[in-house]
Amino acid sequence: MNATWSRFNVTSIVLGFAFLYLPIVLLIVFSFNESKLVTVWGGFSTKWYVSLFHNQGLMDATWVTARVGVISATVATVLGTLAALTLTRYTRFRGRVLFSGMVFAPLVMPEVITGLSLLLLFVAVGLDRGFFTVTLAHITLTMCFVAVVVQSRLVSFDRSLEEAAMDLGATPAKTFFQITLPVILPAIVSGWMLAFTLSLDDLVIASFTSGPGATTLPMKIYSQVRLGVTPEINAACTILIAVVAVGVIIASIANKRREVQRQLDEQAAQRG
Amino acid sequence: MKSLGSIRRDFAPWNDPNAKPYIQFDNVTKKFGDFTAVNNLSLTIFEREFFALLGASGCGKSTLLRMLAGFEEPTAGRILLDGQDLRGIPPYRRPVNMMFQSYALFPHMTVENNIAFGLKQEGMPKPDIEKRVAEMLKLVKLEQFAKRKPHQLSGGQRQRVALARSVAKRPKVLLLDEPLGALDKKLREETQFELMDLQQELGLTFVVVTHDQEEAMTMADRIAIMDKGEVMQVATPAEVYEAPASRFVAHFVGNVNMFEGKVAERSANTTRITGASGAQIVVENGGAAAAANADIVFAIRPEKIKVSSKKPADAVNALEGEVYDVAYLGDMTVYHIRLDDGQIIRASALNAARVTEDPLTWNDRAWVSFRPDAGVVLAR
Repeated sequence: MNATWSRFNVTSIVLGFAFLYLPIVLLIVFSFNESKLVTVWGGFSTKWYVSLFHNQGLMDATWVTARVGVISATVATVLGTLAALTLTRYTRFRGRVLFSGMVFAPLVMPEVITGLSLLLLFVAVGLDRGFFTVTLAHITLTMCFVAVVVQSRLVSFDRSLEEAAMDLGATPAKTFFQITLPVILPAIVSGWMLAFTLSLDDLVIASFTSGPGATTLPMKIYSQVRLGVTPEINAACTILIAVVAVGVIIASIANKRREVQRQLDEQAAQRG
Repeated sequence: MKSLGSIRRDFAPWNDPNAKPYIQFDNVTKKFGDFTAVNNLSLTIFEREFFALLGASGCGKSTLLRMLAGFEEPTAGRILLDGQDLRGIPPYRRPVNMMFQSYALFPHMTVENNIAFGLKQEGMPKPDIEKRVAEMLKLVKLEQFAKRKPHQLSGGQRQRVALARSVAKRPKVLLLDEPLGALDKKLREETQFELMDLQQELGLTFVVVTHDQEEAMTMADRIAIMDKGEVMQVATPAEVYEAPASRFVAHFVGNVNMFEGKVAERSANTTRITGASGAQIVVENGGAAAAANADIVFAIRPEKIKVSSKKPADAVNALEGEVYDVAYLGDMTVYHIRLDDGQIIRASALNAARVTEDPLTWNDRAWVSFRPDAGVVLAR
């Protein structure tokens, strides 16, 4: 904390943060613009937020995005958790390397390819593109992220907890639901949040796999921007940013509090 | 009446040919791939016994315990508990409970819920569970910590919770895997006696795994010394110490001096041994190892050897040398005497008096002497 604020340091920090956040700040500022022209400041106003809620197209897209996000994140969390359990528990089955490679491949797969191949599949099996197909595609996309998050928790999980539960008379199923699941729950919740966020801001895969009547918010915003940016879109994006920021802040505050509480508890325990 | 060691043991079902074994390992072998963790091992443990499995890490003692708990199945052989073959019975249906080395307390549950966990699995009625949990908390003196979570407890308190949880179901056998390994020395010594009292109070059979010989000696009725998946000796602490069955056991438990030699002469009660340098030793009851002309070792504990500046007039066995090293430890003094043939003998003397007459120092000439019944003859 005794770093001297040299001119060089200040400059690099200002430039760095400007590079990261100037566009976003600009977007937020212009969402409160009175003028209809996006780039000309015409005074402060919240009228675009009001008109946003009367824009049926945007509201529909928001509703679709929320449903796709919740359903796909939930299914992906179940599947990803199961994959993580298999990968950490059964270390010696045939084809484990192949299996883990296949689980994690979508992490590095270009989204265009994932989207295109899913589109080809849906066409081949004759699935009508729409809400269902976007949700399926998002499950495919986000499952591996959940698996990574949950697996990293499971690696440090003390297996003797499960042995102790079984030793005390709990069947393997009861052991899983009463011991394993509650202990790894924080990791599963972060996995779910990650999956939800990924689904929320996906544009590429949704464009490939969605159909009429199932336009997600990013798709809607993108298509409107092509017709010219309206202050309404700025307002929609600002709300999106606010939602994500509030989520992140709540999560980190909860985390910090838990950590502080744990440290206090441990100090108290040491004192007896 | 004479006996080995300084404790009279009235509880000794292992000496009673009619006693019914409670836990029986019959030619049990356990392999992990190519590695043999337990090799054709047979062992009998009696009801209400405090039994210790003692050995270095990797000797198979933990595997033995895990087979009893049901986490591993023997590759060959069988394990009987109270006459019932345990093969194929999963851990959650075995009438044994285990206290884990890491304690394995459930981090998301309070102390009382940890203790109640096993009782809930049994489907015990709620009022009975509450009563039993209160009883257990009292037993381990943690009444005021019932609502705490494990991370809010000190190491010693966690150990007590783990203990209470594992005895709450009144198992037929309690298995303890290095139960005191994580405690500091002082707490460990206190807890050793508490565990013994607890075992008496509950009347349970305890099987404890430990690598700490002092812990095993303090607590156990009998100790099985293990090495490389096999049992080297099963005996009371006094027998293990005073009458080790082999060089390995003699070395493993406590300190020991070994004289290599040959049996020169055997009579009804005594055996005369000629050492490598020609020194003569007379010992009582040579045992089976002491056949005529056999190559043997004579093992003798440091505290059985007397050190003096002059040759004791009445000593049967006395060897001359010089003081090589000496250490004053408070309760006792440890001498390293280099005999004239070059061998270094470790001897220790209890400092029963505050004032020592005629004390020794480095490089003094000194005599070591011992009684004919002070050591044992072992095969080489």
